[in-house]
Amino acid sequence: MKYAFFPGCSLESTGWDFALSTRAVCRALGIELVEIPEWVCCGSTPAHTTNASLSVALPVMNLQKAKEIGLPVLTACASCYARLRTANHTVLNDPEERGRAERITGKPYDGKVEVRHLLDVLVNDLGVAAVREKVRRSLKGMKVACYYGCLLTRPPNIVAFDNAEHPSCMDQLLTAIGAEPIEWPFKTECCGASLSITNSGIVNRLSYRLLSMARQAGAECLAVACPLCESNLDLRQADATKAHGPIPATPVLYITQLLGLALGLSNSDVGLEALSVTAEPLLAGIEA
Amino acid sequence: MPDTLEWQTGTFLKEVERRSGTPVSACFQCHKCSTGCPIAPEMDRLSSQVMRMIHLGQEQPLLESESIWLCASCEACTTRCPMQIDIAAVMDSLRMMAVEAKALLPNARGEQFNRSFLQSVSRNGRVFELGMMVAYKLRSRDFFADAEKTGQMLAKGKLSLLPKKSGNAKAVADVFRRAEEEEKKR
Ligand code: SF4
Ligand code: SF4
Repeated sequence: MKYAFFPGCSLESTGWDFALSTRAVCRALGIELVEIPEWVCCGSTPAHTTNASLSVALPVMNLQKAKEIGLPVLTACASCYARLRTANHTVLNDPEERGRAERITGKPYDGKVEVRHLLDVLVNDLGVAAVREKVRRSLKGMKVACYYGCLLTRPPNIVAFDNAEHPSCMDQLLTAIGAEPIEWPFKTECCGASLSITNSGIVNRLSYRLLSMARQAGAECLAVACPLCESNLDLRQADATKAHGPIPATPVLYITQLLGLALGLSNSDVGLEALSVTAEPLLAGIEA
Repeated sequence: MPDTLEWQTGTFLKEVERRSGTPVSACFQCHKCSTGCPIAPEMDRLSSQVMRMIHLGQEQPLLESESIWLCASCEACTTRCPMQIDIAAVMDSLRMMAVEAKALLPNARGEQFNRSFLQSVSRNGRVFELGMMVAYKLRSRDFFADAEKTGQMLAKGKLSLLPKKSGNAKAVADVFRRAEEEEKKR
C-alpha cells in the first residue's frame, strides 16, 4: 500500500503532531507514504470564498504532481481532503472549469487522480481487523467521543466514504483498539473552523457546546481528524470554559495519536506534548 | 421588506444562480438549512432568509449583511437541503459579489483574514501562519485577541518563526495572477 501524501499547511504548523502521528501509524501498519514533492497550499476556505478559479487551480497543482508520481493521494487533514476532492469533482463535471484550471496551471488535468482520506484507507483498504491484530497496548475502557466535524463527511456527493450524518469510521477504529466510543449527537456539528481568528466568541460557544455534550454523554476525551477541530477544542478550551462555564479538562487527541499509542508507540512518537490539555491523567489508567 | 418581486430586480437572482451554479429558485422555504446552521444564533439573516432575499432581489441588504461573512462553510445546509441547493456555494458567491460591489462590510474581518491568508500563500506557496497573523492584525487592528495564545503556540512548536516555503512558490505566484485574470473574464 503506497500513497502520495499531501500533508497540507496546518500539518506543518499547528498540527505537527497530527503529521508526526499519521506518519508513525502508517509506518507501523505497513502503509507507505511518499510526500508530494513541492506541494502547495490547497487554498482552504479563503480561496473558495474569494476566487473560484483559484480554489480549483491550487488543489489541481498538487493533483498534477501526484499524477506524475503515479500514486493515489492520501491526506489526513479533513479540510485539505474536502478541497482536493472538490477540485476533482469540479474538473470532472464541468468542462469550462477544467479548461480554466488547465489554463491557469499551464498543464492538462483530467480530474482522475484518486484522493483518499487516511481514515478511509485505514477502514476500507487496510481493514479494521488488520489494525486490531497489531494492538500492543489496548486502550481498554477509554471512553471517547468521536468528533468528525464538518468536512470529513460533507458534502456527501463529493466526500462519500462514510455516512454524512452518522459516520462511524473512527468509532470502528477505536473499538478495534479496545476503547469505548460513546454515542452522542454532535458527531458532525461544526466547531466554527477559522472563525476562531475573526470571531473567537462564536468558536468559544461552539467548542463549549461540543465539549459539554461529549462530557454529558460520558466521554473522557475526544478524538478528531482535523487540525482546526483540534485547536478549537484543545488550545481554546480554556477560553471556552472561561466564557461559558466550567467543564472538567477534556483532552482532545488526533485519532492517529490514540491509534499510535495502541500500536505500542510512545507519547513522544505521537507528539502528545503538543496538546494544551494534557492527556497524562487519561493515559495513567491504561496499562503499559 | 416587500414580499412581491419588482421585475427590475429579477437580475439579482439570475446572477447569484449563474455564479453559484445552484438553483436558488427551487427554495421552498422549509428552513431546514437554518435549523442545522451552527452559526444561526449570530447571523443577522438566516440561510433560508438569505435564499428568500435573493428571490426578492434584496441585493444591497444582503451584500451588506454580516451573515455572509459569518458562514463557516461547514456544508451542513448544502448536505441537508431537500431541493439540492448548494447554500454554502451561494454564501461564497455573495461574499465575492460584496467585495466586487465594494459593499459596506459590517464584519470586514472575514475579508481581511481571507486577504492575509491568500497573500501568505501567494508569497510562499504555503501558509506562513505567523506572518499571516501579523498581516491580519495590521489589517483588522484586532491586536490583543489571542496574544497569549501565540506564546503558547510558539512554545509548543505550533508556529514557526520563518516561512516553510514550497519549492513551487514561484509557480504559485503565477497561478494567483492567472486566476485573477480568469475571474475577471467570468
Ligand atoms: S433547506 Fe433548501 S429548500 Fe429549505 S429553506 Fe433552505 S435552501 Fe430553501
Ligand atoms: S455552510 Fe454556512 S450557512 Fe450553511 S450551515 Fe454551515 S455555517 Fe450555516
